[in-house]
Amino acid sequence: MDSREKILSQVRKNQPGVAMLPDLNFSSSSDNIAEKFSTVLVNIGGAVLEVSGWDELHASLVTNFTNKRIVTTIPELNQRIGTVDFRQDPHLLENVALAVLPGKFAVAENGAVWITDEMMGDRALPFICENLALVIRKQDILPTLNEAYQQIGMSSYNLGTFIAGPSKTADIEQSLVLGAHGAKSLVVYLMK
Amino acid sequence: MISGKNFEDVNETKEHKSHADLAERFNRDEDRVNWHDKTLWFIREKRDKAAWQLPDWEKLRETASQIKHNVLSNLYDYLLAFEKNAQTNGATVHWASTPEEHNQIVHSIIQKHGVTNIVKSKSMLTEECHMNDYLQARGINVVDTDLGERIVQLAGEPPSHIVLPCIHWKKEEIGELFSEHLGTPKGNADPQFLTAAARQHLREKFMTSKLAITGVNFAVAETGEFVVCTNEGNADLGVQLADVHIACMGIEKIIPQRKHLGVFLRLLARSATGQPITTYSSHFKKPRPGQELHIVLLDNGRSERLGSEDFRNALKCIRCGACFNTCPVYRRSGGHSYHNAVAGPIGSILAPGLDMKHYADLPFASTLCGSCSNVCPVKIDIHDQLYKWRQVIVQQGYAPGGKKIAMQGMTAVLSDPNIFRRAGAFGRWIMRYLPFLVNNPLNPWYKQRNMPEAPAQSFRKWYSKNRKNHG
Ligand code: SF4
Repeated sequence: MDSREKILSQVRKNQPGVAMLPDLNFSSSSDNIAEKFSTVLVNIGGAVLEVSGWDELHASLVTNFTNKRIVTTIPELNQRIGTVDFRQDPHLLENVALAVLPGKFAVAENGAVWITDEMMGDRALPFICENLALVIRKQDILPTLNEAYQQIGMSSYNLGTFIAGPSKTADIEQSLVLGAHGAKSLVVYLMK
Repeated sequence: MISGKNFEDVNETKEHKSHADLAERFNRDEDRVNWHDKTLWFIREKRDKAAWQLPDWEKLRETASQIKHNVLSNLYDYLLAFEKNAQTNGATVHWASTPEEHNQIVHSIIQKHGVTNIVKSKSMLTEECHMNDYLQARGINVVDTDLGERIVQLAGEPPSHIVLPCIHWKKEEIGELFSEHLGTPKGNADPQFLTAAARQHLREKFMTSKLAITGVNFAVAETGEFVVCTNEGNADLGVQLADVHIACMGIEKIIPQRKHLGVFLRLLARSATGQPITTYSSHFKKPRPGQELHIVLLDNGRSERLGSEDFRNALKCIRCGACFNTCPVYRRSGGHSYHNAVAGPIGSILAPGLDMKHYADLPFASTLCGSCSNVCPVKIDIHDQLYKWRQVIVQQGYAPGGKKIAMQGMTAVLSDPNIFRRAGAFGRWIMRYLPFLVNNPLNPWYKQRNMPEAPAQSFRKWYSKNRKNHG
């Protein structure tokens, strides 16, 4: 008997009697949801900027990253920033100073933004870039992860990730340091 | 070896020492113990704050526990569904009964690709299998990329905590370690600086490793995807720059449906560190184009435990570490005193299931105060299981007399009058808030002596407070 059969037959023999799955009804509130989201994200080291259009967003990007490599997957920004051929080796993204990527929605309770592979250009990009900007519409903020998974539903993606703030560590004596291995800073643009 | 530390012989593969002996060693450095204790309590308090902010906290715990119960009772079907869906997604699924088999599988994949340098993000399962040693002995260079894990790896130690691997290290010692291994200037112990040095050092590893190993936090039967949570981004960076991704998981990591992630991800980071969520919660479904994805499912006693009504609930564990941070014995004895990959209260109920004789001491390394069960996000009856293990161990004749082993377990940390005296504020705190820990009939020490009644504050504290109040 190979291990697979051995494990499965032992599991079948030993698993206890049926237990039902519970309902997932939790409380949630959409009051001041954008403020809540901002407060939480700032608390975990991120930043939030409200912008009213692509021009304003672009202006805000370039002031902070003049002469640095900026990469985006957002069509509205491509004319201003340029395009990248994402078929090349992801290692070549190592010198990206700022990646500007669209998020699907954000979650107020934890400051996270949901982003899937087709919005990443290359799947390495959100993690290898030195700084990360995520753009969502202001109305796309959900109260909790419970609503987030309702929204995600059975949508198909190859890789999906919640990103909440910049990469960080507190492994050295519990001192919080931003910029462990991933992005050193994260800003979420809320498009009005 | 870095000075001031006493961890040379804590590796479980070396000569076996009991929790009591190892805890006693840890307690020789009183300042370090107090610092360790305080640091972990601070994290426990952060957890409380995060939990209290959610009106649904208790409901979430109950729901998570029920979902996990459903998982245990349907594990056969869920495993098959997960396997099928993961295969449809393009993954190769492997099954391993033993740690040895797990390591062989991983090694054969590495060999097939002719790789010698690999990066690995945090995985307690690979610690359980002693995979690094196994691979290293076969000429594979495994680099742990979680900062805390890299620190203990450079020092030649196992992690002392499942979430905070180097919680027992002081920054000055890390500075010294980095100066030796990474060439940072001597005497620089600034966490910001040291983290930046580690980032640079590890970035080079990410850029040059063709194979990445990760753990798995949750695997979804319904979709065949799995979720890996990190704060540092090391799992993602490793995987996305590699040609091959190997994800290693225990068979109990399965959850039924994607939507259940909403429950577990709300609980995990809040319970672990008091964060609302980890920075990255990545859902790996299909490998990147051209990438090979392997998932290794390990049993190692789990399917057997499933058949034990008393002990199966331990399989619900989501490895948040909350029970460590709250445990008065863990905080004052350190992770290495448990001589097992998973320390703390949960380690003490998992380990005897694997080797009752070797780990007979662990269920006694507890005060049975129940704090672990109170914080556990999936409501495992940890302290009840500790008590039940004691009975089994004594029945099987592995305990050198109930009294003696209980004395040893307690002696090192709480009940020894010397340590009690040294423990100072902690001892008074225990006596005021948890006197049953010490005055518990299970504690044989109590049978012989009466515990002193604890003054609300020490004379010193009273004196300085009064001085402040009166002038
Ligand atoms: S037993 Fe509970 S508290 Fe302890 S690590 Fe596991 S899930 Fe967390």
